[in-house]
Formats: sequence, structure tokens, C-alpha cells
Amino acid sequence: MTENRHKSIGLSDETAVEMYKTMLLARRLDERMWLLNRSGQIPFVISCQGQEAAQVGAAFALDRSKDYVLPYYRDMGVVLSFGMTAADIMLSGFAKAEDPNSGGRQMPGHFGQKKNRIVTGSSPVTTQVPHAVGIALAGKMEKKDLVTFVTFGEGSSNQGDFHEGANFAGVHKLPVIFMCENNKYAISVPVEKQLACEKVSDRAQGYGMPGFTINGNDPIEVYKYVKEAAERARRGEGPTLIETITYRLTAHSSDDDDRAYRSREEVEQAKSNDPILTFKAYLKDTGAMDEKMEKAIDAEITRQVDEATEYAESAPYAKPEDALTHVYAEEQ
Amino acid sequence: MAMEMRDLPKKETKDQMLTIVQAVNDGMRTLLETDDRIMLLGEDIGKNGGVFRATEGLQEVFGADRVVDTPLSEAGIIGASVGLAVNGFKPIAEIQFLGFIYPAYEQVMTHVSRLRMRTMGRYTVPMVIRAPYGAGVRAPEIHSDSVEALFTHMPGIKVVCPSTPYDAKGLLIAAAEDPDPVLMLEPMRSYRAKREEVPSGRYTVEIGKGKRVKEGTDITLIAWGAMMPVVEKAAEQAEKSGISCDVIDLRTLYPLDRDLIAESVQKTGRAVIVHEAHFTGGLGNDIVSMINDTSFLYLRAPIERVTGFDVPVPFFALEEHFLPTPARVVQAIEKAVHF
Ligand SMILES: Cc1ncc(C[n+]2csc(CCOP(=O)(O)OP(=O)(O)O)c2C)c(N)n1
Ligand SMILES: [Mg+2]
Repeated sequence: MTENRHKSIGLSDETAVEMYKTMLLARRLDERMWLLNRSGQIPFVISCQGQEAAQVGAAFALDRSKDYVLPYYRDMGVVLSFGMTAADIMLSGFAKAEDPNSGGRQMPGHFGQKKNRIVTGSSPVTTQVPHAVGIALAGKMEKKDLVTFVTFGEGSSNQGDFHEGANFAGVHKLPVIFMCENNKYAISVPVEKQLACEKVSDRAQGYGMPGFTINGNDPIEVYKYVKEAAERARRGEGPTLIETITYRLTAHSSDDDDRAYRSREEVEQAKSNDPILTFKAYLKDTGAMDEKMEKAIDAEITRQVDEATEYAESAPYAKPEDALTHVYAEEQ
Repeated sequence: MAMEMRDLPKKETKDQMLTIVQAVNDGMRTLLETDDRIMLLGEDIGKNGGVFRATEGLQEVFGADRVVDTPLSEAGIIGASVGLAVNGFKPIAEIQFLGFIYPAYEQVMTHVSRLRMRTMGRYTVPMVIRAPYGAGVRAPEIHSDSVEALFTHMPGIKVVCPSTPYDAKGLLIAAAEDPDPVLMLEPMRSYRAKREEVPSGRYTVEIGKGKRVKEGTDITLIAWGAMMPVVEKAAEQAEKSGISCDVIDLRTLYPLDRDLIAESVQKTGRAVIVHEAHFTGGLGNDIVSMINDTSFLYLRAPIERVTGFDVPVPFFALEEHFLPTPARVVQAIEKAVHF
């Protein structure tokens, strides 16, 4: 029997299964978005597929009642863990008025939901990183004991905003967790052409913080590292950089054709390590989940995705005049 | 290295039917073939051939040393291009979407545009920045920006914006030959809209010269880039109610073609300026000023502007309500004509 690693780091079977459910929900929503895109119903998809373990493992290690997350566009697993619902995700896919992220103003995947402390980001990559630093600084000033968690791709770690944010947090010992989801490509450009250092985590040293490179396909490992980083942050010991090694199982987005730059064999190989499959197998091997539970979870998630899709599909679009609102504080 | 620019042999100059994006590609191919100092830099421009396929096939032919996939960092792309230009190369940098130039805006504003002036011409930056711009393809926030005025405002850089395949290639080559930096804005939504005959080999379209695309007598319509099809449609519709439009494609946004604008407005006595950028601080205002300076006493009606609104380009579900439409342009035409 497989070694039970979640118990040894304080995770119950229930929580481990809850993590799996969240990962699977993210995957199924994402798959549905692609179908809707290919049938012309939603304009754009950018996927979490392959990165759910890193996302959910990390989010579960945070305090979901007070910490802040600043996700990047693939982080469906993070935002679902932080309280966003399947319907919320679909409303943004269809760009409907009720979309909680932005009333349909942004791309799907550009998450933000104030009530769940999911801080809005935008299309220019990495611009969310210094915001996480500022939120952490505000929390420190008010002694709120909160941690901010910010994610980005490995290509995006080349932007000035990453370096300036990381340095600021390092200098002021702020409670920030920087998590890079290294899926080996930035659109078509492989990581070797992005980084001169071997690992993204090597960059931590320059900013006075610990850096770790870990297996992003294993939610338990990610949970463990993020948990420790959050504890360090709460003890006032400053930021941490965690690089999770993953693989992007889809094309960059629905507008991309990845056959131009990576081989099918490589993608197939990665699919055999699909974290949804490996984590499911792990849960069954350790006895945390049985066949019956698995079936029930599958059915429940299919139902959620169907309902969310139907709801979002029939929800109204924003009114034309809404295009003119919210630029400044509205007059009373 | 010392190879000079030269015209291609005559035999190769036969016409081909190309879209705008293919014409841009052909322009870069021609430049790479005929000038060793040309280099391309950008994100995903190599193996992938660019997210819009503008550089398709070029790395295969000219190698990864001349068609460079850069790290994801626009300040790095533009800053390094400045260095290349200072050291005698002619970089053509691709910014994936105009809205992603902001991280490099410092380089553009503080170096690209000023290096010549502050060194009294001892150092110069002959480089080209290419960027797809504009809304209308259901691309969302930031991907749809049309902020040409941020660049026409800054002395030291020229700005061109073709609306046809022929002009796209000709302006690109002219930009590469220019002794100063040129920003070429490419109308994303027209990239594949239509094909046109484009000569192979080297030719240029002069920077600073607009083009009259339709001759008329009652009113001048001025636009560029992705707004040209909108304006041409409006002109057709106005024609049906007996209004004859003189339609001008500016092609270069800095420096403006003062003579062409003045000549047309002095003939028609009326003008409508159309751009998708925001109303306030838009280039339309500079054109109004120019008409005031050159042709005030010829005017028979106030100059009309049809533009995007003073809001960030909105969500794709509503972008049709933001962008100027033929109907809005026709309204403005009628307002001016019946003033
Ligand atoms: C400033 C900026 N430049 C370019 C882009 C276009 N773009 C979107 S995603 C992307 C690649 C990002 O790669 P990476 O950081 O590795 O994240 P991944 O998509 O692989 O998760 C690029 C170039 C952008 N969004 N913002
Ligand atoms: Mg990546």
C-alpha cells in the first residue's frame, strides 16, 4: 500500500478528498469551456489543465478566512478553493453582467472577487506581484496577521514587476508567498530560452528569501511547502519563493496551436503524469477514497458543471450603457 | 555585415495577393534578405511565427540569431533594441499587443525618442517597433487599446498606421530605412480582412504622406488603420443620399500630412475625423487644430469627431457599442452637411 503522506502533515482524509474534488471541478469546468469555445459560444479560454494540483495544494495551505490571493489567469484551482463557484466561473466565460470578476469586462481567467479576498488582476503578466507586496505591507501595518499569496508563470518571472516586488518584500520582510507555476512554456518559448538560471527558485537568493523547487503535480507536497511558508510569514520572517514544476496540458489558450512548437509525444508523456489521475490513484491506494465515492464525486461535479453552464448561458449580458460606467466614482 | 541595402533583381518583383499580416511578413522577409543589419526581436516570433503569424517561417530561413525569441520582458526587448541600434544594427521589435508596450514605455519615452537629441545626433536609434492595436476582434482588456496619441505626443519617434496590405509592406520598409525610430501600428482586426496585390521585393511608401482613397466634394473624411473600412462604408452610404465624400487615409500619424488635409478641407469646407481611441487627448484634436491653422476661413461647419468614448476599451460583449460604426459616421456627416 502507498505511504499515507497527507496524514503525516496533518491533513485528514476528508480534506484530502476535498482537495481532489476541487481539482476535478477546475478540470471539468475548464474542459467544458473548451467545448463551449469550439462551438462558438464563448470567445476565449485559457486553461488550468495540468496545474490544478499546485493550485489547490497551495490554496488549501492558506487561511481561507483571512489571507489574500492574487492569482494569475490559470488559477481556477486557487479561486475555487477561495470560494468562487462554478457558476461564477461560467458567468465570466460567457462575459455576462453577473460575472463577479468584472461584469464581463475581462478575459475569462482574470479573477477577482472582493468578498473572497481574490484580488483582481489584469492581462499584462506579473503586474499583480507588487500588489501582493502592498497588501502584505498594509496587513503588517495593521497587525492583521495575514499572508498574501501571488502566482505567475515562469516566463512572467522575467518582468521587472516580479523583481521589484520580490525585492521590496525581501527588504521589508513582508508576509508574501510568491509561487511560480512553471509549466515549461511561455506560449511557445521553452523555459531554457526564458531563464539563464537553472531554476526560478534560484532567484530567491537575490531577494533575501528562501526559494524551493517542488513537484507541482503533487498537491500534498505543495501543501506542505506553502503551509511552512505561510507559517514563516506569520512569524514575521518574511517572504518565500516556491516554484512548482508542472506542465501545461492544453495549448496556451483557445487562440493558440501548440503543434507548431512542441511534440505530441512530449504532451502525451505529460498526460501520463496528469495530477488528477495520479492524485486519484493515491487517494484510492491510501484508502482515503473508494470506488463508490469516486463515482459519486464524478456525478456531483458533472451536475455542478451542467448547472453552472445552463445558468450562465441564460443570464443576461450587460446593457450597452454599462460600457460607460465605473470609470470614476459614480455620482449619487 | 557591411552589406548595403539594395533593390532585389527585377525578376523577383512580381505581384502577389496578400493580406495585411502576410504583407508585413513579406516586408520583413524582404528586409532580412536585403539588409544584414536587420534583426527581429519579440515574444514567440521564432518557432511559433508570432501569435498573429506575422513572422511565420522567418526564423527557419534566417536563423535564430536574426529572428530572436526573447524572454518575456518588453522593457528588455525595447531596451536591447536601442542598444542594437546604437551599435549599427536595425532592430524590428514586435510587441505582441500594443497594450503590452507599457512595461517598455519608459524605454520609448526616455531613450528611443530622445537619444538623438541629447547626444546632438552622435547616437541615433533607427529602429522599428511593430504592434498590433485596436479593438473589434473580441479581445479583452488591454489587448484592444488604441493609444497612438501617447506616442504622437512624444517628439522623436514617428508613428505610422497602414490600412492596406500594400501600404503595410511599403511603410514597414520605409520605417526600417528611416534614420529615426518608427512605431508601426498594425490594425489587428484588418490583419486578414482582405487581400490585395503586393509587389515582391523592395518598395517604400513615404512616411508623412496620407492618401486620398476616394475623391469627393462635399465633406472630408479623415481616418487611418482599422477605421478605414468603417469610413469607406459610411462614405458609400452618404453617397446614396447625394453627399460626396473626399476620403483620406492618413497612413502616417506623426508627422501628419498637413498639405493633404488642408487641400481637401479647403475644397470641401467640412470634415469628420474618425478614430477608435478615446475622445479626450485623441489625435483627432491635433487634426482639428491643424485645420484651424490652415483652413479656418474655408470651413462651412464645425469639424466633427467620431471616436471611442472616454472609458477604457470595454468588455468584448459590448465593444460594438464603443467602436465608431458607419452609422455614427454617417450621422456626423449629415450633421456637418446640414449645419
Ligand atoms: C506584459 C505582457 N506581455 C505579453 C503578454 C502576452 N502573453 C500572455 S501569457 C504569455 C506567456 C506567459 O508565460 P508564463 O509566464 O510562463 O505563464 P503560462 O502562460 O505558461 O502559465 C504572454 C507572452 C502579456 N499578457 N503581458
Ligand atoms: Mg509557463
